[in-house]
Amino acid sequence: MNAESSAWERRSAVRVVPPVRPRKLAKVPFVELADGRLQGVVSSGSDIERVYVSSFTAGTHSYSCSTNNNRPCGALPSGSSPCKHLHALAAEAVLQYGVDRVARYLRVDLDDGASSGADLVGGMNGQVERAPAATVFSRFLRHLNYLEIPDTTTPIPEMHWFPALGAVR
Amino acid sequence: MLAVNLSELLDGPIPGVEEALDLIAGFDDALVHGLGRLGEDRAAALSALAGALAAGPLGVRAGEAAEKIAAGSVAAEHLSVLAGGRAALFGAVHDALLDRLDAALGRTRAPWEASPSADSPVADNLLAGCRSWLHELAIAGWRGVDHDLVSAADQTIEALLAAPDLRRTAVLLDGLAAELRASCPTATMERLPARRWADLWARALLLSQPGAPAGTPQPAATVSGRLLVLGVDVHEHGTAVQIQVHAVLEPADGGTARLVRASVAAPKVDTIVGPALWRLLQWHPVLLGALAEHRGLNITDLPLLDSGDLVWHDDHAEAGEPADPFATARVLLGGALAPAVPPLDRHPVRISEPVLVEGYTATADGGAVTFDLGGRSLAVDVERLPTCGPLTPELVAASTACIGLVRWDGGGWALQPLAVQATVKRKPVTAHNGDWALGPTDPKVVKAEAKAGDSVAVLRERAGRLLRR
Repeated sequence: MNAESSAWERRSAVRVVPPVRPRKLAKVPFVELADGRLQGVVSSGSDIERVYVSSFTAGTHSYSCSTNNNRPCGALPSGSSPCKHLHALAAEAVLQYGVDRVARYLRVDLDDGASSGADLVGGMNGQVERAPAATVFSRFLRHLNYLEIPDTTTPIPEMHWFPALGAVR
Repeated sequence: MLAVNLSELLDGPIPGVEEALDLIAGFDDALVHGLGRLGEDRAAALSALAGALAAGPLGVRAGEAAEKIAAGSVAAEHLSVLAGGRAALFGAVHDALLDRLDAALGRTRAPWEASPSADSPVADNLLAGCRSWLHELAIAGWRGVDHDLVSAADQTIEALLAAPDLRRTAVLLDGLAAELRASCPTATMERLPARRWADLWARALLLSQPGAPAGTPQPAATVSGRLLVLGVDVHEHGTAVQIQVHAVLEPADGGTARLVRASVAAPKVDTIVGPALWRLLQWHPVLLGALAEHRGLNITDLPLLDSGDLVWHDDHAEAGEPADPFATARVLLGGALAPAVPPLDRHPVRISEPVLVEGYTATADGGAVTFDLGGRSLAVDVERLPTCGPLTPELVAASTACIGLVRWDGGGWALQPLAVQATVKRKPVTAHNGDWALGPTDPKVVKAEAKAGDSVAVLRERAGRLLRR
């Protein structure tokens, strides 16, 4: 171990989670790298009440897309290629996390110069494989629930461990 | 802060600090590998920590805890005692550092007077859930953390967030769990934030002791008067944001001006970043208006905690006359009385003393910026510039005056800028962290925000449609 990382290990207020980059949330309100998948929620283009739960699995690159009520996405019969919801998911994940981090998580080998969600989808060659939508959807609801919790004006001294750090400018 | 103050601040090591930090590092290393399988070296590190406490009230119990854990029996009470011992050492380090800083700045600090602690009923089953997760983490060690162990805290954290009295614990555990999740598998991490995670773990364990935690801030008085803002510090993790306004209070009864803080913390999600953060705090328009418009505030009967924190009620405040924070810092900061620090909060990470620095030469070298003040150099933490405000490393490097917070981490002092006066293209520019509290004022940023859409509104719409079915 070099001196720099040993000094880092002896600091209290350091960045551990890489920053998330801002992106438009209207089409794909939720994206995460979790449970061994790139998974997220894509709002339906036609029905404001409906959302799709889409995912790519790390390693096997199998993919899945269904409504939150577990009805399979109509545009995804077995043997076909990823639907537009999956493409939107990949594109937004690349905006949010950067292509390298997503590719590393999914274990996709990308050519130098690959930069877009389309490059990422093109680098995978998986099959349709239904993944449970309910878990991801409930994680999305849990995510939304943060915005329902009231704010507080009682100080939280523990937040001194979490300084707002500048974006990678 | 003048050259003479800086020179006094940096005048040689503070006796005992390095030794205490080495003992803490030994404990932190044991936590990296897990208390479930301590080798001889790490068992010795625990005994050394306990040994340092021998003369204090925790001495006997700490010695016993270290011995039992080394023998392979890790009981909950042993962990709590060692977490308390680690906190006590850091408390001593904190006091030594703050004494040095106060002496260097010539700052007077109110003595700590214990206020009667309000006994509020606490959900003991929830706290027991926290303790048991922290126990499992300690046994596994940071290197042994996997997804299942991280997810085991999900339900507890969700329940904590719903309990307003336990917000501190909730926000802390949520932040720790998110870092562990993002770091899985931890076994292969190149470097591991050993100090930081042990800090968070130990604080969480102390906050989740049965009954109300002793030594947390308590209401001490209600105050009225004129509040003059110095600057705003922003704290943020994936699911929480907190603003902490540093200000000078001129009491209506004519007493000594004192340094106070006012905080607002709101839950958020990771995709809400940058200037959009202010929209999460919109229920406090008077406070945000004072930040954006550089106004003083007239406050009436606001509760003041014994930690120097005002418990903000926007309807107890009204906007006052324009007040330039640099003028406030020049005229009032020097004579203002600084607040005492409650026992449980005594950790160096909390040291954040507002100062005004001028008459320096700023130097930018690679990504680092330093201020040269009378031949001594002060490191400037330009990483710590929030994305919700206009300060940039370039602006700080071009500055001639700076309001900032003096902080200490990793063995050294640094200045965290809150506001600067700079010269850009031969024109004077002033920028404060809170300038965008009512929305960005930089046309480029306004345009980017408009293009990205209102992330808070989008997610609130989704929540409204999907959550209440």
